[in-house]
Amino acid sequence: MGLYTYDSTPIPKSDRIPKLVENLYAKMPEIESARAVLITESYKQTENEPMIIRRAKAFQHILENIPITIRDLELVVGSSTLAPRGCQTFPEFSYEWLEAEFDTVETRSADPFYISEQTKKELKEANAYWKGRTTSDLATAYMEPETLLDIEHNIFTPGNYFYNGVGHVTVKYGEVLEIGFSGIRKKAEDELASMKVSDGNYQTKSRFLEAVMISCDAAITYARRYAKLALEMAEKCSDPVRKKELLIIAQNCANVPEKGATGFYEACQSFWFVQQLLQIESSGHSISPPGRFDQYMYPYYKKDLDSGKITREFAQELLDCIWVKLNDLNKCRDAASAEGFAGYSLFQNLIAGGQNEDGIDVTNDLSFMCITSSMHVFLPMPSLSVRVWNGSPHEFLIYAAELTRTGIGLPAYYNDEVIIPSLESRGLTLQDARDYNIIGCVEPQKSGKTNGWHDAAFFNMCRPLELVFSNGVDKGVQIGPKTGNVEDMKTFDEFYDAYKAQMDYAIALLVNADNAIDMAHAERAPLPFLACMVDDCIKRGKTLEQGGAVYNFTGPQGFGVANMADALYAVKKLVYDENKITMHDLKMALSTNYGKGLSNEDVAEMVSEVASAMKSAGQPVGEKEVAAILKTVVAATESEQVKANGERILKLIDAVPKFGNDIPEVDAFARDVAYTYTKPLEKYKNPRGGMFQAGLYPVSANVPLGGQTGATPDGRLAHMPVADGVSPSAGKDVNGPTAAANSVSRLDHFIASNGTLFNQKFHPSALSGREGLEKFVGLIQSYFDQKGSHMQFNVVSRETLLDAQEHPEQYKHLVVRVAGYSALFTTLSKSLQDDIIRRTEQGF
Amino acid sequence: MEEYLKTKGRIFDIQRYSIHDGNGIRTIVFLKGGCVLRCRWCCNPESQHYEIETMMVQGEPKVIGEDTTVAEVMKTVEKDRTYYRRTGGGLTLSGGESLCQPKFARDLLRAAKESGITTAMESMGCAPYSTIEEILPYLDQYLLDIKHMNPEKHKEFTGRSNELMLENAKKIADSHMTELSIRVPVIPGFNDTELEIRDIAAYVRKLGNVRRMHLLPYHRLGQDKYDGLNRPYLMGDVKPPTNEKMERLLKVAEEVSGVECRIGG
Repeated sequence: MGLYTYDSTPIPKSDRIPKLVENLYAKMPEIESARAVLITESYKQTENEPMIIRRAKAFQHILENIPITIRDLELVVGSSTLAPRGCQTFPEFSYEWLEAEFDTVETRSADPFYISEQTKKELKEANAYWKGRTTSDLATAYMEPETLLDIEHNIFTPGNYFYNGVGHVTVKYGEVLEIGFSGIRKKAEDELASMKVSDGNYQTKSRFLEAVMISCDAAITYARRYAKLALEMAEKCSDPVRKKELLIIAQNCANVPEKGATGFYEACQSFWFVQQLLQIESSGHSISPPGRFDQYMYPYYKKDLDSGKITREFAQELLDCIWVKLNDLNKCRDAASAEGFAGYSLFQNLIAGGQNEDGIDVTNDLSFMCITSSMHVFLPMPSLSVRVWNGSPHEFLIYAAELTRTGIGLPAYYNDEVIIPSLESRGLTLQDARDYNIIGCVEPQKSGKTNGWHDAAFFNMCRPLELVFSNGVDKGVQIGPKTGNVEDMKTFDEFYDAYKAQMDYAIALLVNADNAIDMAHAERAPLPFLACMVDDCIKRGKTLEQGGAVYNFTGPQGFGVANMADALYAVKKLVYDENKITMHDLKMALSTNYGKGLSNEDVAEMVSEVASAMKSAGQPVGEKEVAAILKTVVAATESEQVKANGERILKLIDAVPKFGNDIPEVDAFARDVAYTYTKPLEKYKNPRGGMFQAGLYPVSANVPLGGQTGATPDGRLAHMPVADGVSPSAGKDVNGPTAAANSVSRLDHFIASNGTLFNQKFHPSALSGREGLEKFVGLIQSYFDQKGSHMQFNVVSRETLLDAQEHPEQYKHLVVRVAGYSALFTTLSKSLQDDIIRRTEQGF
Repeated sequence: MEEYLKTKGRIFDIQRYSIHDGNGIRTIVFLKGGCVLRCRWCCNPESQHYEIETMMVQGEPKVIGEDTTVAEVMKTVEKDRTYYRRTGGGLTLSGGESLCQPKFARDLLRAAKESGITTAMESMGCAPYSTIEEILPYLDQYLLDIKHMNPEKHKEFTGRSNELMLENAKKIADSHMTELSIRVPVIPGFNDTELEIRDIAAYVRKLGNVRRMHLLPYHRLGQDKYDGLNRPYLMGDVKPPTNEKMERLLKVAEEVSGVECRIGG
């Protein structure tokens, strides 16, 4: 029995919402220069001040001067750019990539942005100041040469925070709603008043507290600018209805977020300013996923509803407006990252349902209305999530399944029964663990207390296996340990140990990379505005970057579990147990892509390897020799013998049982393979005093990073996508969704406390009628009974997707769920589209 | 091991996560017992002969049919127990005609029941009632086909007349030992007129004690199998009934049968 009653009757959509959506998507999003220009101006004036003060003053300078706008028909206001879905830039983190892509950003396949010549000019001028001053520059200086080498060779990619802000934190919205920024400012004032100038930490803490006060003032000033603008617009407005709306908006912005919200509408506006301003302070994404919106907003909703101040219809309309606004926030990433995070996503994860700190189910009216909003607005943001446990109201899960059935790829389902004990095992109190929300794709944390550094890097588990076959050499460079000639390995254990050694080495360098970046953010981009809404920053006098949060983690995500499970199992069976293949033949098959042809790049690489080997052996290597090598390489990799060898081995591999088919022996093997990533990582610490915790999910990086990976012994050809999350390799799970779910549940989801991601795709017929919904919910619950952590679904037909590829113009609004978030299908790159289509279609 | 677990039988497929054949999420065991009928529209022609045979599937020869035991089959059925528990699903027998291997069918159902898994069976009921009677104690849901009320037409399209099946339907309904649902494959040119559906629905009403009546629209998903088995596909290019037609027939069925009716399984 839950704490609240709820009304599960859906509320109809207001006419306003489709118009807001249409206006938002009328044009290609645009890059604007205002923020970059303003922060640069401010930084030039504060050269000799403490960094934390410089950051606060820059934030203030931006908020006092950045152009503001109220879009047509909006009820909740606050836009970071004049253009709908536009984006600002953040040169203090990195800028070189954008300048290099100025002329291609508009035409690239994933997430294009328009940029005017004027903006290019202004950004160039501003960016010039930042040379050598970015977090990225400093992070590089903190990294070891071998770390940079591993990054260069794509063993792992810490690109996210290397080039952007960190984000990945949910703030205490509830506190802002309750006491406003004037109240938070007061807390900082009181804290400062309690200090003595002679205190050992006075210098850092006092300046930090001052920075908090400046930031709170800045936020209040910004809202007042909106109050003024709304008044001006109201005066000029001839439509009496809109005029009245603008006057209320003006009133709201005059009250919040300065003061506590007096009602639900004000709470919505206050929430929105927090949400938007956090995106102006820093770049990055998943700043700050709204989290348990249905919980902190509920008291305001309930009070207004009971007193008759609002109707359910109006509350729904406000919620819908916020849903639209969440798609107004945008960010431009570099071309490679855009492929990896495709879909203009800011990962604003909003979670509904679940238990409170006392373990009581707190699903309420707003939980249902959140689902309704996603149905109404039907856009990728927010990434809607639903908490599931044995106490979840059945009707709530059925309603969530109705949203799944629409094909929007939302919500994602999370299992309280795994996540809560998993978080506890990482040191959270039981109460805090019960109150978790989801960050980014799938990462759980306790809001307002955690700097989780989730999503800290992509670690490609396939690459270390390639290094086992090359004795640690990649493209002629020794980047991994010398684990010996693979053909001399006598037992599978010896081979597996070599893989583990390559993994351990690369993981240590991954830690080195993350910690270097961590340090750089602490020094160059401490964030006072964010800090004022996370415990225990004010008491400790530190920002999150400096270790101010109660809980600190670093969570880099591994991917390719299924490929490595299948690959290592195939090696074990075929090479060692059954002696059907020699290691020599397997090595040849891998290096020649199973005789299926090599890319020019691969050939060039092989030539250069032979050439450098000849050189080091003292032989002359001129143009003539290179031509001869090329001829030999081409002949060798395309010979009939190579093709026959490849064909034979592929056939044998194909017959070896694969992960995802409910075969306990293979699944147990996969569990152990996942440990080669999750276990070594646990022993490392970050500079904030927290530990490393693994996630097992790839966002959509499995496609581009698979493109940089050679053929693997699971039969995967070179450059093909790597398996997605903890899901079985695409097309290898042939026993249906229950078998796949059983297999995946046999991995250890508790140790991957930074989240796991399991994707399934269903044909809509699997969810038809009430009975279909019941069976669908039953499937999720059964996976969760077996201790799976997360599940998400695509419900579209293959034909629909193929048609959308053919006629993108007709599918501008087609949303698919890609690894942790929903994206507009037609904005994805061709290869990612192909990957989605290839995934086994279940349930037909 | 209990004796009934050792019973041998022949199957040609086990399909997990079946959601259109009985309550909840189910595992369907397809028995290759042969079939007494030869319905022209049959989508499982590989079930019709008892003999193990080879069918071409996507250009590759595939052996159809495998001799196994109740215990062996139950190993696979067990794997989705969690899903059965959550959804009220379980084991479904299909074919072919499950009753062509009566002992194997009975012992499979018994094994499921003994271990707390619910049971269902798709069948035409084309066997002596004594055979059915032996199965009923272990059967939670009987999904019984009635294809046509006219004996001649039934014989023309399926190879057998329908008296025995109709008679068995009545006895099953009267036994009160299982939840009986009637399934009607709606085949253009055979039984897709309102009149023909009305006749079946009237019989459903007469049976009494019927949980549901299903109208299963003809589909061509089995067509490739005929090529693979080197057999002619007699349905030619008959198109599946339109949604509008199915809705019309559904309405007739609802009005006449007086029981819950639905399109699809």
